[in-house]
Amino acid sequence: MRYAMVIDTKKCVGCSDCVVACQNENRVPIGYCRDWVIENAKGTFPNVSIELRSERCNHCENSPCVRCCPTGASHYEEGGLVKVTRHECIGCGACVQSCPYDARYSHPDGFVDKCTFCHHRISEGKLPSCVSVCPTECMYFGDLDDKESKVYQLLQNRDWKVLAPEVGTKPHVYYLV
Amino acid sequence: MNKSRREFIKLSAIGAGGLVLANPLLNAMIGQVNAAEPMDASKIKRFPTYCEVCFWKCAGWVYTDEKGEIWKIEGNEDDPHSNGRFCPRGTGGIGMYNDPDRLKTPLMRVEENGKQTFEEVSWDKAFRFIAEKMNKIKDESGAESLALFKHGSGGAHFGKLFKAFGSRNITAPSYAQCRGPREVGFHTTFGSNINSPEPVDLENTKCLVLIGNHIGENMHNSHVQEMSKAIDRGATIITVDPRLSTAASKSKYWLPIKPATDLALLLAWMNVIVTEELYDKNYIEQYAYGLEDLQAHVADKTPEWAEKITTISADVIRQTAREMAFHAPATLIHPGRHVTWYGDDTQRCRAMAMLNALLGSWGRKGGFYFPEKAKVPSFPHPGYPPASWTWNDYLDGKYALAGSSIANVFVDMSHPDNESDHKIKGWFVVGTNLISTIPDTERTLEAIQNLDLLVVVDTMPMEITGYADIILPECTYLERYDDMRLSPNRVPNIAVRVPAVKPKYLSKPSDWIVRKLAKKLKLSKHFNYESYAEVIDWQLKQVGSSLAELKEKGVLKLDRKSPMFLEEDDYHEFGTSTGMIELYSLDLEMEGFDPIPNYTPHPEPPQGYYRLNYGRAPMHTFGRTVNNPNLNELMSENCLWVNPFVAADNNLENGQEVWLKNQDGVVSEFPIKVRVTERIGKDNVYMIHGFGRANKKLKRSYGKGISDTQLVTNVMVDPIMGGTGMRGNFVSFVTDKPESEVVS
Repeated sequence: MRYAMVIDTKKCVGCSDCVVACQNENRVPIGYCRDWVIENAKGTFPNVSIELRSERCNHCENSPCVRCCPTGASHYEEGGLVKVTRHECIGCGACVQSCPYDARYSHPDGFVDKCTFCHHRISEGKLPSCVSVCPTECMYFGDLDDKESKVYQLLQNRDWKVLAPEVGTKPHVYYLV
Repeated sequence: MNKSRREFIKLSAIGAGGLVLANPLLNAMIGQVNAAEPMDASKIKRFPTYCEVCFWKCAGWVYTDEKGEIWKIEGNEDDPHSNGRFCPRGTGGIGMYNDPDRLKTPLMRVEENGKQTFEEVSWDKAFRFIAEKMNKIKDESGAESLALFKHGSGGAHFGKLFKAFGSRNITAPSYAQCRGPREVGFHTTFGSNINSPEPVDLENTKCLVLIGNHIGENMHNSHVQEMSKAIDRGATIITVDPRLSTAASKSKYWLPIKPATDLALLLAWMNVIVTEELYDKNYIEQYAYGLEDLQAHVADKTPEWAEKITTISADVIRQTAREMAFHAPATLIHPGRHVTWYGDDTQRCRAMAMLNALLGSWGRKGGFYFPEKAKVPSFPHPGYPPASWTWNDYLDGKYALAGSSIANVFVDMSHPDNESDHKIKGWFVVGTNLISTIPDTERTLEAIQNLDLLVVVDTMPMEITGYADIILPECTYLERYDDMRLSPNRVPNIAVRVPAVKPKYLSKPSDWIVRKLAKKLKLSKHFNYESYAEVIDWQLKQVGSSLAELKEKGVLKLDRKSPMFLEEDDYHEFGTSTGMIELYSLDLEMEGFDPIPNYTPHPEPPQGYYRLNYGRAPMHTFGRTVNNPNLNELMSENCLWVNPFVAADNNLENGQEVWLKNQDGVVSEFPIKVRVTERIGKDNVYMIHGFGRANKKLKRSYGKGISDTQLVTNVMVDPIMGGTGMRGNFVSFVTDKPESEVVS
């Protein structure tokens, strides 16, 4: 099993609903977030285009955050999820520094926090809250090892990219372009 | 100069004998929960609601946690407005409940040591004060001299109180400051209003045309959802906008039109469709009146003619017109929503309606569907007393085609320069910040100074609350029952709102406020119930359901009674004078207006000035959400979109703070940060509406960004329906902090 998220930048309107839904679902304190939205504009008026995309932890196959964690709090779980065990985390912040995507933050209660793909929801058969709330349905979640899955199909049939492929982290969040 | 009767009160309220300050809840911080591991699922409860953060009114579920506090809000899957997915504002509606800046107790304007301030008072004292003032106005000038400005669900309760008291002078800025022109433009063509939500079949459209309509930035939930599906299906999107809006960025054709010239483009499109005979011949023959007049009218409105006006090339105009015709009748020229732009807005919206007519999209799949609304009887009450006059009598035939009351006319009726017999002496303002919604703030303030009573009902302190004689704190939608939502849709449906939590502080639901005030006014016979739950339950039982059932379901869907679309060769009577689709409008002709729209040039910005355009952001609704802790975090201030050439010409840098000065010399109260972007052209600047809040009690949003309304002093009134065109204001940049201005 290989969990992955596929996000269609052609449909995203940048509304940031994914951010608020995540904050509520995961009780992320005001002022912090596990996901966020980026706008990139290219060209000059009137030949200009934009790309909107929702970003979060990429649950990398080769995660610098897991490698650098001194206590083993950052670890892999089934399906390739990257998670932090809160009571093992000493809040040193090494992982925050090591993440090329700036996907982690230091929680005011003393541990490091980030996206879990809503592990508690997917283990109940639900979708991550960002995926389930998105008004444009531009986000898809599933198992890349399952050839019937929507995520697998989309990556077969559409052009896609991952963020900062050059750093060799092998991200599990894909963007349709 | 006389001291102002109603100084804007910016300072904190003074306490009255510990009345409310003793309430520990007042000092509670934002209800923030520690980041615990997943909670005890057995303690989680859910309550049905429909959202009040915007007018789309999506139905959903409010979840409370083990402590009974609100945890999250999610969409109801059976709801056609949300389809189970709330937008960021609905998801963040929890912040409306948690905002520590909420109005907490009734406040009364008093004078202390020569200075006006607000004093915390009991509900009973507030009601006694208001009832006394209302009765005085009634005795002196008649009940009709009281006016209600409203927005949202709370206002409906006050509407009943007004009718019971004897006034029908009830209005909402959502008409003449927003969607009014399109209602008249479509009604004069098809004999039907558009209403809300717009009955557009985006789900099935093959070609979507947006005229300045920025779906995606305006977060009209189900429309955003359906547009996304249209993108998935590969539908053509044609967006006309001087700015690369989000929708424009997803369009096959983006037409970066010169602002204020849309009507020329629409006429040229009709020229192509008529001269190339691309219109739906059977449909037009069967249903339309005035094709020959239209043919003659648009004969010289060629794409070449329009190119000179709009800057859009004749080739693109032809190509897009042909593409629209190719996909017809599944081509949809979306009527838009906030359409009060240049004062000839009814005619522009009518041209959009006529284009839909030529393409045969009204009443057709992929165009417009015929909506149906659930019919539920009202809770029984005695008949309301008659009113001897209304706003219509004041207008005396002017704006005769307006289908609803005109909020700016209510300002006129209240202004000292009103010499008619129809004068307004007192206002109730419920859930609408008039300072930000009605343009020409100075005139609104002159009217306010002329009032004998100003009651403001809201959940949050706003600019308008600063001018109130008395402020009544309404609780949020998460803490109250309200009328059922019965909006028309593809399937008639009913959604309920029940409280998930008790009202915080001393805030109260509008229905409670109205019932208590009615008692003081001896009007209780009109409000013969103990709780609003009783009203809803009675109403639901009349249609074979109950409140208990709706508490389980949230939304009840009913069967349609008539077809959703026109059927082949179906006879159909339209609500116009001729009973047909009027390409030539007899109503407009009768009232002395162009029966077929004409393009009129609008003033251009003078040298060194740029047209001020404004719009929406998906995470905010007007100014009402900018202080919401969850939503403020997503966008805490607006910025000014400026083309790089304009920035260079004016020595502006990205992120630099500037003040704006308009053509009448009005300077913005606060600065705004420049955003240098290629997404906008050289003749206009753009900002999100709703920022630049001037009430210091809004701790998170005070002074963040600027208010476009403040700079809208040139108001172009639509002669057909009285709408206030607001996009003819031009601004220049002020880079040094202006002398501080005293706000009276």
